[in-house]
Amino acid sequence: MNNMREIFESTIERLLGDMVTPELLRACESGAWPAELWAAIEESGFAVAAAPESHGGAGASWDDLFVIVRAAGRHSLPLPLPEAMLGNALLGQCGLEAVSEPLSIGAHGALSMYRGRISGTLHDVPWGRHVKQVVAVTHGGEPMLVLLDTAQARCEPRLNTAGEPRDDLHFDNAEVSASAELPQGVPADVLHLGGALLRSAQIAGALQGVLAQTIQYATERVQFGKAIGSFQALQHHMAVLAEHTGCTSVVAECAFAQSQDAAGGFAALPIASAKICSAEAAGVAASVAHTVHGAIGFTHEHALHLSTRRLWSWRSEFGNATHWSQRLGLAVCQGGAQALWPTITVGQLALAAINSGVTA
Amino acid sequence: MSVDAFRYHRIPSDAEPLRAQVREFLQETLKDRPALRRADSWMGADPAFSRELGRRGWLGMALPKRYGGSEAGPFARYVVIEELLAAGAPVSAHWIADRQSGPLILRYGTESQREKYLPGICRGESYFCIGMSEPGSGSDLASIRTRAVREGDSWVLNGHKLWTTNAHHSHYMIALVRTGDKTSARHEGMSQFIIDLKAPGVTIRPITDLAGGQHFNEVFFDNVQLGADAMIGLEGQGWEQVTAELAFERSGPERFLSSIALLHTLIEAIGRKPDAYQAREIGRLTARLFALRQMSLSVTAELAAGKNPAWAASCVKDLGTGFEQDLPEVAQLLLDTLPAVGSGSDHAQVLASLMQMAPSFSLRGGTREILRGIIARGLGLR
Repeated sequence: MNNMREIFESTIERLLGDMVTPELLRACESGAWPAELWAAIEESGFAVAAAPESHGGAGASWDDLFVIVRAAGRHSLPLPLPEAMLGNALLGQCGLEAVSEPLSIGAHGALSMYRGRISGTLHDVPWGRHVKQVVAVTHGGEPMLVLLDTAQARCEPRLNTAGEPRDDLHFDNAEVSASAELPQGVPADVLHLGGALLRSAQIAGALQGVLAQTIQYATERVQFGKAIGSFQALQHHMAVLAEHTGCTSVVAECAFAQSQDAAGGFAALPIASAKICSAEAAGVAASVAHTVHGAIGFTHEHALHLSTRRLWSWRSEFGNATHWSQRLGLAVCQGGAQALWPTITVGQLALAAINSGVTA
Repeated sequence: MSVDAFRYHRIPSDAEPLRAQVREFLQETLKDRPALRRADSWMGADPAFSRELGRRGWLGMALPKRYGGSEAGPFARYVVIEELLAAGAPVSAHWIADRQSGPLILRYGTESQREKYLPGICRGESYFCIGMSEPGSGSDLASIRTRAVREGDSWVLNGHKLWTTNAHHSHYMIALVRTGDKTSARHEGMSQFIIDLKAPGVTIRPITDLAGGQHFNEVFFDNVQLGADAMIGLEGQGWEQVTAELAFERSGPERFLSSIALLHTLIEAIGRKPDAYQAREIGRLTARLFALRQMSLSVTAELAAGKNPAWAASCVKDLGTGFEQDLPEVAQLLLDTLPAVGSGSDHAQVLASLMQMAPSFSLRGGTREILRGIIARGLGLR
């Protein structure tokens, strides 16, 4: 049906399938930056793909890029490829040149701009200590998209549950590498919205991986003289896992596809729905997978945690289920019952930025 | 199987314009319909309403024009049925004929069966029910005992169907019955018949549900004479035919929209200033509704492509009925409203009604446990 997407998916699958091994993931958890892997990804062009061709990208649509982000999740890719894709998409939207070197986003915290220089803190920047540049939006006055060289930042290293860097970057009177006003229709919390979009697809991918691992284990592990997957109690657990996997994948894909057409580039209702459903699915999936795997799945040696520990962080990043549910629920109640169904079918609803973590 | 089968499928742009027409019609036609009646959803019957839909070309939309259909395709049909459900329209009379019996007759029927039954379905005049469960055969459908015995060119039917939704206002039943000898394997020796419910020897007795409603029935067959043309599809292929039919039955929007009347009254009752807890729960329900619709559209696309996504349809139904059963549970926590029967606010009455209906959601059309078994088979675990 969609040729470009199939090419993207087979390309990224080959690349990550070959290079992202459990050994590499463990090395990254110990603090390594997989420079060779980044070089391969840079070579593939995916990091800049969402920027227009005129600005160093390929003009790829979010619709087509969904499979890249989902594959990053499926393979637990230990690099900010999804973040770089989002950063470059926004740089492109603002008419700025794409960045092919390691790039991340700073969606939380507060930056102020004074006479063209930046001060303030960005919280939880994915791979903040490793990337060369970070994309952020300033606060106060007209929101500006800024590109900042991380060499100027004081870095406070932090990790999420999967050992992925989520660093605080402090800027004091820093120079901007590039900046532009956000285009009309692009909300000031666009990085938060875009980050939620990314994580929903990554969770969809991780769920695929967890489901496959769990089914495989259940058909191999023998207890009471037969494969544990033949026990109805476990079959039903895994059926629920499959339901959530299918649900998360289709709603995340919908959020990518509908963002393609949305004013400002991000469709809030589908994104909120995708983040809520994926966050819920993440908890269910980790629980089922560990139930089926038993004690071996709780060891550091077994690979299951490479996915489940990511699920436990990704579901909370860029707004947890409560954050998005409250924003969505408030907007639905304000619209009234009669507006609910038309809203669902059109897929559009403006969400007020309450408690979005964007304001300091 | 692959979970990748759940792929986003946008409703084609040529199917969307119909939505405004359907909405306008429903707004006018249902303007005096009270919330409690809207909560009946696809359990509310109104033959005049069904005929009006037929007159407008909104029944049998996926059926060929030569049989009275409109050949508008599965997505145009989807637009119409989801709008009907969202508005709480009384669609019960024609629902099963339009959803299931029509496509079944088109697929497996002879030319004369198609000509005999499909035009009436498309006009909203001919109503069908499905004869599957029996007193000893609920989830274990393959254990049915109702039997048709060949006598010359025709068949003689004896047995007893149970929990047959809408039998009391249907013209025909499509029943799964045994036709093989007693030695045939469990899933063999079954066939489907179209049974005229006015035929001598057919007795229909309504069964009152726990809330006093009458939706389902028991149907007795006492030496019912069936012509050779009563069999639909092939002798002995009944199990395969039923299995294919179930994907239509399990993936449609009625699996998550039949309680939307309660979500509507709940949102109205909460008002424009929800507290944090109310906002969270309304948001969560909205997200699940949005996602379920995307899943259902995905399965519709698979069905339209001629596939039989049995496990995917089961995913939609299991998550969908879970959502619908959560609705009254969440609603009774969000507001301190007593569920009320016979009087009280719209919300109190709709809450009482759907709370009592909710247990049936994961029984009708295949129990939660049966669905999860089908999914497990799809996963290669069985």
